Amino acid sequence: MNTKLTTIKSPVLEGENGIIYPSANVMLDLNQLKKVYPTPKGDYVVLEDLNLKIMKEEFVTIIGHSGCGKTTMLSMIAGLNEITGGSISVLGNRIKGPGPDRGVIFQSPSLMPWMTALQNVLLGVNQVFPDATKAQRNDIAKYYLQKVGLEDAFHKKAADLSQGMQQRVGIARAFAIKPKVLLLDEPFGMLDSLTRGELQDILIEIWNKEKITAVMITHDVDEAIFLADRVVMMTSGPKAKIGDVLDIEFERPRTRKSVLEHKDYYTYRKHLIDFLEH
Amino acid sequence: MKQSITLERVGKFMGLGFLTTLKDLFTGNLEREDFISFLRKVIVPLASILLFIGLWHLGAKALFQREANFKIEKALTDQGQAAADDMKACIASGDVSCQPNTLPAPSQVWDSYKSLLKDHRAISDDKEAFIQKTATINAKREANGQEHITYTGRPSFIDQIIMSLKTVFAGFLLALIIAVPLGVLIGLSPTLRSAFNWFIQIFKPVSPVVWYLLVFMIVKTLLIYSNDDSSFIISFISVGLCSMWATLVNTAMGVSSVDKDYINVAKVLKLGPIQKVFKVILPSSLPLIFTGLKITLSVAWMVLIAIELLAQSPGLGSFVWEEFQNGANDSNSKIIVAMFVIGIIGFLLDRIMLTIQNAVSFNKNEGI
Repeated sequence: MNTKLTTIKSPVLEGENGIIYPSANVMLDLNQLKKVYPTPKGDYVVLEDLNLKIMKEEFVTIIGHSGCGKTTMLSMIAGLNEITGGSISVLGNRIKGPGPDRGVIFQSPSLMPWMTALQNVLLGVNQVFPDATKAQRNDIAKYYLQKVGLEDAFHKKAADLSQGMQQRVGIARAFAIKPKVLLLDEPFGMLDSLTRGELQDILIEIWNKEKITAVMITHDVDEAIFLADRVVMMTSGPKAKIGDVLDIEFERPRTRKSVLEHKDYYTYRKHLIDFLEH
Repeated sequence: MKQSITLERVGKFMGLGFLTTLKDLFTGNLEREDFISFLRKVIVPLASILLFIGLWHLGAKALFQREANFKIEKALTDQGQAAADDMKACIASGDVSCQPNTLPAPSQVWDSYKSLLKDHRAISDDKEAFIQKTATINAKREANGQEHITYTGRPSFIDQIIMSLKTVFAGFLLALIIAVPLGVLIGLSPTLRSAFNWFIQIFKPVSPVVWYLLVFMIVKTLLIYSNDDSSFIISFISVGLCSMWATLVNTAMGVSSVDKDYINVAKVLKLGPIQKVFKVILPSSLPLIFTGLKITLSVAWMVLIAIELLAQSPGLGSFVWEEFQNGANDSNSKIIVAMFVIGIIGFLLDRIMLTIQNAVSFNKNEGI
């Protein structure tokens, strides 16, 4: 295994496979996670014995074959899908259902089409900062919309925005509620490659500033390497679990150019593709 | 240019796209390739209307002839040749007493329409004169705490149309007030849905006549101490109860089938139940609710005629029924006038609802 965390100095605890994790720095802890869907032909076990610890300020990408249970795992973390066995904890507290401490960027932008971009972001901001004044909440929403490059589209109806613009609003909405963990379910999967590149840059730029722990599902190996501190590879279902973990030791902030030109890039890429092909 | 855009928008919105083409024709904007679409949108409907009137005219003439022949033959067998000749002469002279009473020709209907308008003018003049005449007396009566003297004359055709519109809107409002909140509740709660399902399935197909009788039984008893005429109340409640089902079912369907993504967003943001309903569920089911309301209004207008007819509440329904009972020479053509008025008003109501529906629909392509 290629996992080592040497930079963090704090009380440590023994994790799975003898890996050492500093306990105070664990943001998200999936412990013996299990998911079973009952079917007429008997139970279908999607995930079993899945263990994963994600550190504070870490960006983890998850890759794996279609249907392996990545999205199931992510929606369980979000609290949108029930946990069959095991547990999920955020900062040591077991989660009970969804909540704004875990922001989600969905695969489809999932904006309310009858609201403007600003109203969509405010929907979350109003909920998370109920004590702020209206002006303050507006400022927060506008700040994040500016960050995603939508300063000219505050008052445009979501239905009138392009797919890429809508997903930008989705990113702004997720960051604006200042979650502890950001969950991204193939957020750029439906976009063309040019727009996808733009949005990756925007995402990583905001993330560099906010350093919110992020878990992102992707099918795109290059995206996985470019964004992540660690790439988690899941085995194919049924009974999917973590197959392998790859540390990406590029310095941050990264640029696409520096990453592509780095000597280790193709080693990482080969590692991931080898995993996916076997 | 700007004006043409607005006209085009309004026209498209109302489903009256041919207006734009018509305007282009007069302003000379019409391109050659537009000519075919002009033909299709303007000439074809006009031609079909003319064809319809022509067929109607021929049909009415044939029916007239059939009944006239029957009358002459009857006179011949019953009373002999002289009576038959008299009858023939009488029919030819256009004398009211012996005219065949059948489907009126378009021209007769048009005459009746004009006479109804004339009648309306006469009645409203009469009414105005009455009001002026009684103004001083009414002022005195008011000072003494007595009730006003009101005009109790026969309502004109236009008054009856207005009465019908009032009834249909009262019924529509009642349907809206009952069906939308109930539909939201049913849509939100699977328990309520199964509780109400049998109720909806059984009562939805019940005929307007039976609804009227049911409402009559209840309202009559409720208003037993009142001397006021309850026919209006009975008819609008019946209209509301008959027509609310489409809205109820559509609202429940819209609320229960809100896009799962929106619900997930609401869950992640932990919106409270009230916010969830008003910020997410209601706006997203608005298009379906309005589809339901559109159906409700057109059903309300359709059952209204039958219910007014039964309830003897003033309006187009009772107008039609009275004319039918009346059996005057122009009764049939007045009934046809009423038929057209009912049809045109129904069409306009539908268009108005469609316009509102398009305005509230967030996805412009979803409008029907």
